[in-house]
Amino acid sequence: MAMAIRSLLIFLCIQSIAVPTFSLYEDQAGLMDWHQKYIGKVKHAVFQTQKTGRKRVLVSTEENVIASLDLRHGEIFWRHVLGTDDAIDGIDIAMGKYLITLSSEGSILRAWNLPDGQMWWESFLQGSSDSKSFLFVPTSSKVDKDNTILVFGKGSLHAVSSIHGDIVWKVDFPDESFEVQEVIQHHDSNIIYVVGFVGSSHFDVYQINAKNGELLKHDSAAFDGGFSGEVSLVSKAKLVVLDAARSTLLTISFQKGEISFQKTYISDLVKGFSGIAMILPSKLTGLFAVKTITATTFISMSSEGQLEVVDKINHATVISDALSFSEDRQAFALVQHGDSDIHLNVKQNHDWSSDLLKERIKLNQQRGFVHRVFMNNYVRTDKSHGFRALIVMEDHSLLLLQQGEIVWSREDGLASIIGVTTSELPVEKEGVSVAKVEQNLFEWLKEHMLKVKGALMLASAEDLAAIQGMGLRSSEKSKMTRDHNGFRKLLIVLTNSGKLFALHTGDGRIVWSLLLNSLRQSEACENPTGINVYQWQVPHHHAMDENPSVLVVGRCKPSSDALGIFSFVDTYTGKELKSFGLDHSIAQVIQLPFTDSTEQHLHLLIDTSGQAHLYPRTPEAVSIFQLEFSNIYWYSVEADNGVIKGHGLKSNCDGEVANNYCFGAREVWSIVFPLETEKIITTITRKSNEVVHTQAKVVADQDVMYKYISKNLLFVATVSPKASGDIGSATPEESHLVVYVVDTVTGRILHRMNHHGSQGPVHAVFSENWIVYHHFNLRAHRYEMTVIEIYDQSRADNKDVWKIVLGKHNLTSPMSSYSRPGVTTKSQSYYFTQSVKAISVTSTAKGITSKHLLIGTIGDQVLAMDKRFFDPRRSVNPTQSEKEEGILPLTDSLPIIPQSYVTHALKVEGLRGIVTVPAKLESATLVFTHGVDLFFTRLAPSRTYDSLTEDFSYALLLITIVALLVAIFVTWVLSEKKDLSDKWR
Amino acid sequence: MDKGKAVMGSGRRWAVDFTDNSTTPSSRDIPDPPGFYRASQEQDDSAVTKQKKDAEANWKSQKAWEVAQAPFKNLLMMGFMMWMAGNTVHLFSIGITFSALWQPIGALQGVGKVFEPYKDTLGIWKLNTLGLLPTHVSDWVSSLPPAKEVEYSGGGMPLR
Repeated sequence: MAMAIRSLLIFLCIQSIAVPTFSLYEDQAGLMDWHQKYIGKVKHAVFQTQKTGRKRVLVSTEENVIASLDLRHGEIFWRHVLGTDDAIDGIDIAMGKYLITLSSEGSILRAWNLPDGQMWWESFLQGSSDSKSFLFVPTSSKVDKDNTILVFGKGSLHAVSSIHGDIVWKVDFPDESFEVQEVIQHHDSNIIYVVGFVGSSHFDVYQINAKNGELLKHDSAAFDGGFSGEVSLVSKAKLVVLDAARSTLLTISFQKGEISFQKTYISDLVKGFSGIAMILPSKLTGLFAVKTITATTFISMSSEGQLEVVDKINHATVISDALSFSEDRQAFALVQHGDSDIHLNVKQNHDWSSDLLKERIKLNQQRGFVHRVFMNNYVRTDKSHGFRALIVMEDHSLLLLQQGEIVWSREDGLASIIGVTTSELPVEKEGVSVAKVEQNLFEWLKEHMLKVKGALMLASAEDLAAIQGMGLRSSEKSKMTRDHNGFRKLLIVLTNSGKLFALHTGDGRIVWSLLLNSLRQSEACENPTGINVYQWQVPHHHAMDENPSVLVVGRCKPSSDALGIFSFVDTYTGKELKSFGLDHSIAQVIQLPFTDSTEQHLHLLIDTSGQAHLYPRTPEAVSIFQLEFSNIYWYSVEADNGVIKGHGLKSNCDGEVANNYCFGAREVWSIVFPLETEKIITTITRKSNEVVHTQAKVVADQDVMYKYISKNLLFVATVSPKASGDIGSATPEESHLVVYVVDTVTGRILHRMNHHGSQGPVHAVFSENWIVYHHFNLRAHRYEMTVIEIYDQSRADNKDVWKIVLGKHNLTSPMSSYSRPGVTTKSQSYYFTQSVKAISVTSTAKGITSKHLLIGTIGDQVLAMDKRFFDPRRSVNPTQSEKEEGILPLTDSLPIIPQSYVTHALKVEGLRGIVTVPAKLESATLVFTHGVDLFFTRLAPSRTYDSLTEDFSYALLLITIVALLVAIFVTWVLSEKKDLSDKWR
Repeated sequence: MDKGKAVMGSGRRWAVDFTDNSTTPSSRDIPDPPGFYRASQEQDDSAVTKQKKDAEANWKSQKAWEVAQAPFKNLLMMGFMMWMAGNTVHLFSIGITFSALWQPIGALQGVGKVFEPYKDTLGIWKLNTLGLLPTHVSDWVSSLPPAKEVEYSGGGMPLR
């Protein structure tokens, strides 16, 4: 009996400490997490405003998203994120009810239902060769008539039925090298013209019967000067193209069965022209635009083919496609830049001198140049024509302009984040006014009364809604000051467009944003790109009067040998402090663990020639650096050559750029993988700012294992070259995955393991002394997750209590990689049912809290899994003491508990990265997930053991205490009275 | 316990002691009253007193056994509860262990001092079985921070 009671008690106790999950109640969603939906930089847009009902604009973006946006507010009606390799080539509306998209280089055609975004049909278009792709939906006056859609892709022209997506006919062009430039079908005509180039100097025209795809006619003509790229269709039978030298305009007439060329020198039209010209892609009638270095010139063509310059604009200019807004009237939008505003002009095709609309729109923040403009018209109440324009800016934001105002704007640059760091908020200054407190006191009482009601289950439905609302709009979490728990921070994110955003962790709002001038096109840098953002200065000692700053690193061109760019940004004000171009390229940025007296982090930049450059460039930084000079190493991974090299530093630079801040490299070690059997696919190292609480791991029976904790470890995964493709491209016999753990100071291989019959892609995470990686097992046809734990053998003999009590041990003595510490590793593999996009691990301020793995799944969600599932010491029948230690019984696969999705019901579309940041409160960790969407939440891997939960009712506690005191007093008085009466008896 | 103490002290509510054990009258300031013979009185009452004393002694020893056994019973009870609590650190076992540690200290004001060392040892023994005594290496090294590394190395694949 006692045994039964005892086991029941133990069972209850174990229940209470069982694996915690992050499950939350429905009303807790959104309390400490936020989710933002984006679409990315818009590539194409079509408006759907003809019918009554909700007006919308359909867009496709560079993040491979198609979306339907509310034209009134800019919200997303529906959205689909296509795969990363399913780039969208074109979109259009067919039959007034389908959105047609062409993607994957002209091989997939899909139709989506306009109101709800459901896919209606999908067609795969086969073809032999890679080519440009076009989508051409002929406009017909009759809606609902089965129009055929013309698609050119993979070297063939397809006619596809817009009702069910069947291919009606297909035309292969006899000449393989035929590059189609335009597909032309005139209004309700049965002849389709396909024009293009063969080679560099032949111009070909095919006439095709629109009904059955029969080749009617083929004309060809040669031009000695050659052609270059862009074609502008100016009228029904006339094209304008530049010659190969880009200095002569060619007008090509082709319709009457013969092809004729007409040459016009640009220098004759544009005075002072030199260099090269470009035809701006546009679909205007009788007008085209030529862009030269200095200006954009608009040239009109008369029906006889006479060219005439109508205007010349020196500013950056963007033009929209033509829009026919009434019978035979066409208009287009022209957007120019002023200083802080943009000018929108809407002009008619044939009448340059007058504007249908002329507006000047003030931009309240810097968004750079206009990149694209899409135009739409509407009929005002007085039957006149109004125009609205959707513009895409340089920072990838999307703006709708109407009646001289910005109706709405979307910050879609946030869909392409390339770098994330965090910054603290300002410290709260003292001096809160009394009135504020008094007002707050009343509010506070009211809030707590409501909470008490809720706790005592007396609250009505309205009260419950009020309680939930209170949590959601709690002003506490979105304050602009530091909080005690460190939950409020700024997320500094760098986007692909070169814009830096500061997001508040409380509610995800944009605190400031800055389009970095140094990452914009300029004469010095033609095509700059951002690389990453790093913490530069984090003031602790001067937190009250100094602002933290971040360093944005970029380079002038996307190629790796381009010169670097530095930009420093104050994270409180969002102002650029300074920026400069570097005199060397950037291959690596190494943040050193040293700071100077102003608390600036020392950074070591490695250029492509292997020289190291120290920043900040101050004598003080050099003197700090010199102290540790001989202990600083760096390594480079050359995946293409299969080599990992370790380098030490030399005091002088080799090249001509000799200065005090430049250091040469000497090769210390190298690991060469045989290229015919191994190909490096993944390397990962520990996060440099990770905090580890202890080096000992207490195992069953009070035994100790010493973790091998070193920041100089590199995990390398290689696969056989045959298995480096997609899963299924290699047989289990010819594929193997080899993993290494390498010491990056000495080049020593601490651990090597071969997974036969496994292949990549490998996603890995490295924390403390363990690595977890995800790969595919071809023999078992399943994904696996493998854990490696590394233990220090050289410290394992510290077993005498008295020696340790008296401090006679080597456990805190500095550790050198050259002492060749003996290590042992433990490893175990588990099946995992999902494929993975990213893996990360929670990080806390002191490293005491247990760790959870955060797995970005293929379904764009984030799954939190306790590290205990990945313990290599799990066995089938753990002993009693092992159970007490928390070792779970061995299972062959890892369980996926639906409640442990930290994204709960939400999806982070296009998930790319998971960033964890420790809060000040030890139990809490902040998680930021980015992809096309953003998601932020706060986790407590071991529950909030060090604080009361936010919804803890202090009032209820107070009331309970007061009630208890009253009860004690009353009973005391009563017992005194009773005693007295007893004595009188 | 208070009752036992009172019994052991006097056994009566109050008493005036007229006897005087001093044998030499010269040492006394006040002479004996007339008709008073010191020696005869002691001899006359001796039989009665002896009877009374025996009864008192019996009663006293019985009470003393009771008192002596009470802590032992406590001890048994405590042992049973400790066994029930098991050897894992939980709220329940912690509570019991602390009460075991506290009881001897609380009982210090009382009697039964002989048994106190046993009680104390029991609490400490329990602490040891719970693993709360720092007698293992793990108790001393788990708070040691990781050793500092001499070298620093960074790098990776070239930035794209």
